Amino acid sequence: MRLSAGRAFALIVHRELCLSFRRPEHLCQPLVFFLIVTTLFPLGLSLQLSQLRDIAPGVLWVAALLSSLLSLDSLFKGDADDGTLEQLALSGQELTLIVVAKTCAHWLVTGLALVVVSPIVATALDIPTAAFATMMLSLALGTLTLSWLGAIGAGLTIGLRRGNVLLSLIVLPLATPLLIFGAAATERAISGASTVGALYFLAALCVFTCTLAPFAATAALRITLE
Amino acid sequence: MWTWFYKLASPPHVYGVAAALMPWLLGGAALAVAYGLIAGLAFAPPDYQQGDAFRMIYVHVPGAILSLTVYMVMAAASAVALVWRIKVGHAVAAASAPIGASFALMALVTGSLWGRPMWGAYWAWDPRLTSELILLFIYIGVMSLRSAFEDPARGDRAAALLAVVGVVNVPIVHFSVVWWNSLHQGATIVKLGTPSMPGSMLWPLLSMWLGFMLFYGAVLCTRVQAEVLNRERQAAWVREAIKS
Repeated sequence: MRLSAGRAFALIVHRELCLSFRRPEHLCQPLVFFLIVTTLFPLGLSLQLSQLRDIAPGVLWVAALLSSLLSLDSLFKGDADDGTLEQLALSGQELTLIVVAKTCAHWLVTGLALVVVSPIVATALDIPTAAFATMMLSLALGTLTLSWLGAIGAGLTIGLRRGNVLLSLIVLPLATPLLIFGAAATERAISGASTVGALYFLAALCVFTCTLAPFAATAALRITLE
Repeated sequence: MWTWFYKLASPPHVYGVAAALMPWLLGGAALAVAYGLIAGLAFAPPDYQQGDAFRMIYVHVPGAILSLTVYMVMAAASAVALVWRIKVGHAVAAASAPIGASFALMALVTGSLWGRPMWGAYWAWDPRLTSELILLFIYIGVMSLRSAFEDPARGDRAAALLAVVGVVNVPIVHFSVVWWNSLHQGATIVKLGTPSMPGSMLWPLLSMWLGFMLFYGAVLCTRVQAEVLNRERQAAWVREAIKS
C-alpha cells in the first residue's frame, strides 16, 4: 500500500521531530555553540558597550551561520549510516518529497530554535528591542535558505570521512549573500533605517532556494546513495 | 553533418583532437601574448593618473575574465556530463577546475599588487576583489569534493552537480557583494576599463585576452589528454596510443 504524499510528508516530519526531541542534547548543542561564539567576540575585542552595537549584526550573523552549519552534518548522516535513508529512497515515495520533509523538520529544530534564542544574544550584544522583530525575521529567512543550501552540501558529502569540513567549504561561499543581507537588515533596524530592501532580498533568496534546491539536493542524494 | 559533434563524446576521438589542436592553440597564444606584452608594457602610453602602475591591467583583467569564462566552461561541461552521461564532460570539467582556480588566484595576486601603490593597501574590500575571492573558494570546493570520493565516478558527478549549483549562485554572490559595498563605502571603487581608453592601450589588452583564451585552450587540451588517459587506462586504445 502506498501512502499519499501529504501523509508521507507528515510521517517523516513527525519521525524527525521525535528523534530530535529524544536526544535533547543534540538540540541544545548548536544553540550553546551559538551563545559561546557570540560571547567570544566581545571578550576578544574588549569593547565598550556602545561599540558593541556596531559589530553586533555581523557577530550575530556569523555565529548563526556557523552554528547552523554545525548541525547540517546530521541532516542525512544518521539515516545514511543505519540504512534508513536507503529504505526511504526505496519506499516508492518521491525522493524529493523525503528531502523536503527532512529539511523542513531539520529547520524546525535548528533554524527556528536559533531564531527563538536570538533575543538573548541580541540583548547581550546591546541590540535595541525595537530591532528584534527585523532581526528574528531576517534570521528565520536566512536559516531556512541555509538549510536548503546545506541540504545540497550534506547530500553531496554523505559517507565521506572528513565530510564536515568539506561541507563548510562547499556551503559557506554560497551563503555569503545571506550574511550580507541578513547583517544589513539587522544593522539598518538598529540604526532605524528602512529594512525593506534587505528583507525583500532575503525573502527572494529564500523563495529561490526553496524552489530549486530540493531538486539539486535530490540529485545529490541520488549520486551519493546509489 | 553532426557526426563531428557526436564524436566528441568518444574518449579516443577527443584524445586525438586535443593532441592535434594543442600546438596551434599554444602557437596562437604565444603570438597574441607576445604582441600584447610588448605593445602593452613598452609602447602604450602611461596612464595620466596611475602612471606605469596601470600596466598591471594587461595581466590582471584577462586573468579575471578567464576565471569566469573557465567556470562557465566547467559548469557547461558538467551539465552535459550529468544530463547525457558523457564521460568526456567530466574529464573537461576536471581539467578546467585547476586552470580556472589559477586564473582567479592570479587575478587576486595581481590585483593586490596593483592595490598597494594605488590604494595604499594590498587588500581592500572592493566588491570585485571580494567576489573573485569567493569564486576562488567555490573552485576549491569543487576540486576538494571531486578528490574526496574514493570512487572517482561518484566524485565526478558530485563535483559536477556542485559546479552547476555554483553557476546559479555566482551572479547572486557578485551582485550582493556589490550591494554590500555600496552600503558601507564608496571611495575605493576604482573604475578601470573606462570607454575612453585609447586604442594604444586597448589593443594590447584585447590581444592579451585573446592570448589568455588560446592559452587556456592549449592547457585544457593537454590536461584533457591526461584526464582521458587516466580514466580510460583499462581500454585497449590507450595501450595503442601509448605504444605509438
